Amino acid sequence: MKIDDKLIEYLENLSRLTLTVEEKEQAKIDLAGIIGYMAKLGELDTEGLPALSHPFAAGGRFREDKVTQSYEREQILANAPVKSEGYFQAPKTVE
Amino acid sequence: MTFETVIGLEVHAELSTKSKIFCGCSTRFGGAPNTHVCPVCTGMPGSLPVFNRAAADFAIRAGLALNCGISRHTKFDRKNYFYPDLPKAYQVSQLYLPICRDGWLDIETCGTTKRIGIHEIHMEEDAGKLIHDPWEDCSLIDYNRCGVPLIEIVSEADFRSADEVIAYLEKLREILLFLGVCDCKMQEGSMRADVNLSVRPSGSAELGTRTEMKNMNSFKAIHRAVIYEAARQAELIEAGGNVVQETRRWDDNKDASFAMRTKENAQDYRYFPEPDLLPLEIDEAWLARIKDTMPELAENKRRRYVGEMGITEYDAAMLTTAKPLSDLFEQTSAICKNPKETANLITGALMRLLNDTGTLPEDLSVDAAKLADLILLIQDGVINRNVGKAVLEELFRNGTDPRRYVEKRGLAMIRDDNFIEAAVDEALAANGKSVEDYRSGKEKAFGFLVGQTMKALKGKGDPQIVNRILLKKLSIIQKRGN
Amino acid sequence: MEIRDMTALEMGRLIKERKLGCAEAATAVLEAISSTDGELGAYISVQKDRAIAAALKVQARLDAGEALSPLAGVPVSIKDNICTKDVPTTCGSKMLEDFKPVYDATVVEKLAAAGAVTVGKLNMDEFAMGGSTETSYFGAAKNPWDPRRVPGGSSGGAAAAVAAGEAVYAVASDTGGSIRQPCSFCGVSGIKPTYGSVSRYGLVAYASSLDQIGPIGRDIRDCAAALQILSGPDGRDSTSVIERPFDFSDSFSGDIKDMVIGLPVNYLSDGIDSDVRQAVARAAETFKALGAQVEDFTMPMMEYAVPAYYIIACAEAGSNLSRYDGIKYGYRSGNADSLADVYLSSRSEGFGIEVKRRIMLGSFVLSAGYYDAYYHKALQARGLIRNAFNQAFDKYDVLLSPVAPTTAYKLGENITDPLKMYLGDIYTVSVNLAGFPAAALPCGFDRNKLPVGMQLIGKEFSEPKLVRAADAFQQNTDWHKRRCGK
Repeated sequence: MKIDDKLIEYLENLSRLTLTVEEKEQAKIDLAGIIGYMAKLGELDTEGLPALSHPFAAGGRFREDKVTQSYEREQILANAPVKSEGYFQAPKTVE
Repeated sequence: MTFETVIGLEVHAELSTKSKIFCGCSTRFGGAPNTHVCPVCTGMPGSLPVFNRAAADFAIRAGLALNCGISRHTKFDRKNYFYPDLPKAYQVSQLYLPICRDGWLDIETCGTTKRIGIHEIHMEEDAGKLIHDPWEDCSLIDYNRCGVPLIEIVSEADFRSADEVIAYLEKLREILLFLGVCDCKMQEGSMRADVNLSVRPSGSAELGTRTEMKNMNSFKAIHRAVIYEAARQAELIEAGGNVVQETRRWDDNKDASFAMRTKENAQDYRYFPEPDLLPLEIDEAWLARIKDTMPELAENKRRRYVGEMGITEYDAAMLTTAKPLSDLFEQTSAICKNPKETANLITGALMRLLNDTGTLPEDLSVDAAKLADLILLIQDGVINRNVGKAVLEELFRNGTDPRRYVEKRGLAMIRDDNFIEAAVDEALAANGKSVEDYRSGKEKAFGFLVGQTMKALKGKGDPQIVNRILLKKLSIIQKRGN
Repeated sequence: MEIRDMTALEMGRLIKERKLGCAEAATAVLEAISSTDGELGAYISVQKDRAIAAALKVQARLDAGEALSPLAGVPVSIKDNICTKDVPTTCGSKMLEDFKPVYDATVVEKLAAAGAVTVGKLNMDEFAMGGSTETSYFGAAKNPWDPRRVPGGSSGGAAAAVAAGEAVYAVASDTGGSIRQPCSFCGVSGIKPTYGSVSRYGLVAYASSLDQIGPIGRDIRDCAAALQILSGPDGRDSTSVIERPFDFSDSFSGDIKDMVIGLPVNYLSDGIDSDVRQAVARAAETFKALGAQVEDFTMPMMEYAVPAYYIIACAEAGSNLSRYDGIKYGYRSGNADSLADVYLSSRSEGFGIEVKRRIMLGSFVLSAGYYDAYYHKALQARGLIRNAFNQAFDKYDVLLSPVAPTTAYKLGENITDPLKMYLGDIYTVSVNLAGFPAAALPCGFDRNKLPVGMQLIGKEFSEPKLVRAADAFQQNTDWHKRRCGK
């Protein structure tokens, strides 16, 4: 499968990543190989088979609708790179 | 060219669970920023979601009330996109197997009934809130709302007018309120509606390009937005232009919609099944439990009040404007067995008190047993209606037990003929002019004299006895006069 | 006996018998680390003061007569993608270089309750993506048997530390072989448990439907003792399906005469190093000599496991790593003004190239237009792989296979060829896809005196049987007793 600049840029955008020029060139080669290898699954006849997003199909856990102690705000903000008066801070979003 | 407007609605309703959808943080509105949060709802590394079963209960309730099929097998999917109010950079939602499907809601507009199809209802988690800080020109992020459970109710594109949209929203709101599923406060954001609108030449079967409108904060704003956007699109097409498929932001101050940055519109959300949550199996037992505990809808209550309890349609409508009112009505009339009097008191004096004090129905805390007792006091003739109003006010403001209050203040009706006669004489003697007026045919003067008599009786006179005696006295005077 | 040579259970016994103090044990391990880790690079951080303080607390509990686990007082080392409260948890990445979790992972809480003493956080491939620990932002760890070679990955630091005597036992994670392959390269034992038997709460996610936490130790008994502490239900993890911790009380009889062991011969054909093939074949003979039946068979779906794994893993990983945006925690670029720049720069500067590659692959396989042919297909292939295993387990109690096609390769040898790296996972990924448990244990050495490991695979929740087979092997061989440098 051909991995061209357009596809790389599309994937960069979806992933919010910017590759350097060298990284981009290398990515085109690497991804072509890897994706080509992944395409091997096309050999399988999977018509009508279930898609397993988990290794097994069992019921999971639930919670009861009870309020439990929340964390202290200081803890939640402790690792924030930029914060202000109880808020996380980010550059402004443009509507 | 005449155009037809085609509208579909996506309504988001915050569920009234106590805790969030995937963690135990409180869903309470308000609260200092980032104080109802934990590693799960702030997307910290290593955190995992655990599903609050009550969210499914509420979603199923809504689905049943909206005539949907309930999926026996339902699961969550991740919707991936980057935005600062979304801490995991994905929203856990449902795409492939939503919890409810293929329902409908009948609405009335201009006397006709129309069926609006409901495509599906799915559960998802709410995002946080962004506040623009004008000083630093940056965004401040509060994750308190992040993780509050939502249901998204997606209608078919069955609406053809703004009025239909509003009729649907009002009925939907009433249903969700009476189910106890959502408190539907648009101004607090617990109910939001996105409008998908397109126009096409009348008679055409093909759909035009649609736009999505967001940011309408009231039903009135939605009505305005629908009318504006339909006109905008029609004008654009007539001028030879094309409608661009985009998301538009409604600005109520400017009474217009504006395109949001088109970058947001070309989104590949890369939905895939949420691997941290296992699918839900909704079995017969679960469904039965919900069905057995379904709260009664307003429409049904109105039917019952009018049909079985002899309440007027008007009063029934008033009593069902809010669930706390209908609850109070039902509980009170069950005790005093006098639904008519109960309805009168609630829709009359009590609602007046609510309005005067600016109290919301959900903050009403009148004890049904006490209210029932008050009604019995009136019904049994222990106190008259006017006194009843005063006692009601005391009950409303202070929760005072009516019977005890009546005793303590000596408010019981005065029934003694002699006592009343004395008061009547007093009133007649002091108001000669009114007597003359009455004799010359002015009926109003009678009411005035009743009032003066009551005043002398400190309001406690038995109205029937006062009337009887006053009439008798006046007719004697009349006779004498002749 | 030197502390460096003790198994965790031996140490635990000495501590219970008051022949060794908890602080003494912790100090010995800390000293080993400070003397050799500068070269080995197995640790990212060491918490000396905390360790001693914790050791004293455990000592006090023991002295007060509290009944604690057999591993009470024994120092344990934790892979650096498992959250330790207030202690840096970096995942081997610049993105989380200064990150201190505000909570302990469930397994860390369980270890503390059992009286374990955490001494440090172990080096790993960045965000667990890799097979050699060379992608760690903090520098590669080395293989203690030959420091010019890789220790394997992504739990390379863990396996290297245990092999080198810098850790008594370790708790690590395995998504596609990340416990088993480094165990094989470093000559130590490890278990990747059944999916859903050890809580993932607090494990920084790589691939949610594949990740499991498991032990690495000097022998399988240490691993079993650790797994008993780690396993059990957890209300904070929806995928935690086990009902109670594993019970290994019947696993050490040394008797495996009832077992039928399947040997997938197609795993032993081309592409595998001849020394590895021979060592595994020899192990099969050992099992026969112990009375088990060993039968050849062909395991289908082998060539589809790696592509299916990478599609699923990259898809989940790309999504799991989207949260690293420079806003709530982690690295934030200093070169960014707008929101878009904060995202792009923080992520591009904070992540290494392998992580970026996998994130982009994840975006690819989930994007509109490719979802059906790649991601959806892979989920279906997963079902076929699971069926293939289930059919094998209809006949066999346990399967025996190599862990990796080679022994430890040289540092720098494969790092520029990602596809070749991925193909090295051929024997391990199918186990994660199916959710089954597998143990890795040493079974020989190659011509360069590098360890060779073998893999025992079982049906879900068959860990007690798996350990019985592995333990019987270790009772009758001494590969696991060999120490590097001696």
